[in-house]
Amino acid sequence: MVTTRTARDVAKTVTDPELPMLTLADLGVLREVSEVDGRVVVSITPTYTGCPAMDTMRDDLVHALENAGYLDVEIRTVLRPAWSSDWITADGRRKLAEAGIAPPGAAPPRSGPVPLTLAPPARLVGCPRCGSVETEQVSEFGPTACKALRRCRACHEPFEHVKEI
Amino acid sequence: MSFDNAYEALADAHDDSRWAFGTGFEDPLSGMDTSVPPGVDGPTLAQYCLMLGDDALIMSHRLQEWCTNAPELEDEVAIANIGLDLLGQARLLLARAGKADGTGRSEDDYAFLRPEHEFRNVRLAELERGDFGQLIAVLLVFSTWRLALFQRLAASVDPVLGAIAEKGVKELTYHRDYAARWAVRLGDGTARSRERMRAGLDGIWPYVEELFTPHEIEVRVGVDPASVRAEFDDVLAQVFAPATLTPPEVAPRVGVAGRTGRDGVHTEAMGYLLAELQSVARALPGATW
Repeated sequence: MVTTRTARDVAKTVTDPELPMLTLADLGVLREVSEVDGRVVVSITPTYTGCPAMDTMRDDLVHALENAGYLDVEIRTVLRPAWSSDWITADGRRKLAEAGIAPPGAAPPRSGPVPLTLAPPARLVGCPRCGSVETEQVSEFGPTACKALRRCRACHEPFEHVKEI
Repeated sequence: MSFDNAYEALADAHDDSRWAFGTGFEDPLSGMDTSVPPGVDGPTLAQYCLMLGDDALIMSHRLQEWCTNAPELEDEVAIANIGLDLLGQARLLLARAGKADGTGRSEDDYAFLRPEHEFRNVRLAELERGDFGQLIAVLLVFSTWRLALFQRLAASVDPVLGAIAEKGVKELTYHRDYAARWAVRLGDGTARSRERMRAGLDGIWPYVEELFTPHEIEVRVGVDPASVRAEFDDVLAQVFAPATLTPPEVAPRVGVAGRTGRDGVHTEAMGYLLAELQSVARALPGATW
C-alpha cells in the first residue's frame, strides 16, 4: 500500500472510544508519534489508571495506521508526567461543549502535601445547554472516570463535566 | 472469518470489528522500560509491588460488591469509580511485580492463581463489606493512608513505581475527599447516621495499627509506613472535628505470632473473597476475556 499521509497525521485522526467527538490528540492522550524507516512508535497516556478504554485506543491506533500502510507499529504507554485535564486542546474543549459536556477549568496546582477539601470546590461551570453559571455539583464521580455530574439550576438539566486533574 | 461460537470471535486478536474484548493488548505496562534499576533487588521490589497491588485489588473487590447495593445511584457510581481506579492501580502494580521478579507472571496470574497466604494486602482491605457507615470509615482510612504513601513513593528509586504512584495521587485525592465529606455528613448528621458512622469506625479501627507497622520489605525498597502516621493523624483530625467524632479507643487486632496481612496471614473473610474473585479463572484455566 502506498503511504501518502504521515503517521502523525493518521494517529491524529483516531478518536476516543468513550468521547468519540474528540480525537486522542484533542484529549492530550496522544503524546508522541515518531516514524523511523517505516517503523512507527506511538506514545499514549491514560487519563485515569483504570481507564478501560486504553486497550481499545491502542487497537484503534494500530488499525488506523495499518490501514494507512504502516505495518510496523508499536504503541507505548507513558505514565509520567501524569495526564492533566489542562492538556485538552482548545479544539477539544469546543467539541466537548458542543456535545453538551462542560470542559474542565484549570487543574489544581500540585506541589507539597495534597490538601483535604471538605467542601466541593466552588467552580464556575457554565451549563453547556443554556449557558447559565447557576450550576451545582451532584457528584464528583460520573459515568466515566474523567467526568463529574452537575445540574443546572436555571434550565434544570443535568450534565457532565470533565474533572480538573 | 468463521468461528465455532460467538465467544471465539470476541477473543480473536486479528478481527478489527470487535470492541474491547480480546484486543491482544494485555500488558498495562506495554512499551515502558521495566528494567530493574541498578542497586535494587528485583524480587524485593516485586514483593513490595505485590503488597501495594494487593491492597488495591482486594479493596477494589470489596468496593465492587456495592454495585446494586449503594443507597443512591450517584454514590453507587462514585464507589464503582473508586473501585475502578484502584483496579487500574492493581493492574499496573501486579504487572510491575511480574517484570521485577523475572518470572514474567501476568497480572492475571497474580490475581487469580495465588493461594491466600501469598496475598500481601493489609487486612483492612479484606474486611466484610458491612454497612455504608463502615464503607465510609474504611475508605477514609484506606485512602488517607494510601495517598500519604503514594505522595512519598513518587520519588521511588524505581521509575516505574514512581510513575504509578504519581498518577495514583491524583485519583486518591478524589477518593479521600469523597470519604471525608461523607464522614462529616454522617458524623454531624442525625442520631442514626452518627451512630452508624461511629460503629463503622469502631469496627475497623482494630486494623488501623497494622497499616503503620513496617514490614522489612517496605523499609528496604519502599516507603516506611510508620513515617506517614503523623500526616494520617493530622488529616483525620481535620475530618473528625467537623464530623464531631473522635478516634475510637480500641485495641489493635494482633496477627498470628505478630504476623499480619503483609506476611500473608489474613482474616476469615479473605478465603470467601478469593473464592469469588478466582472462581471463574480457576474453573476455566487459560480462558480469555
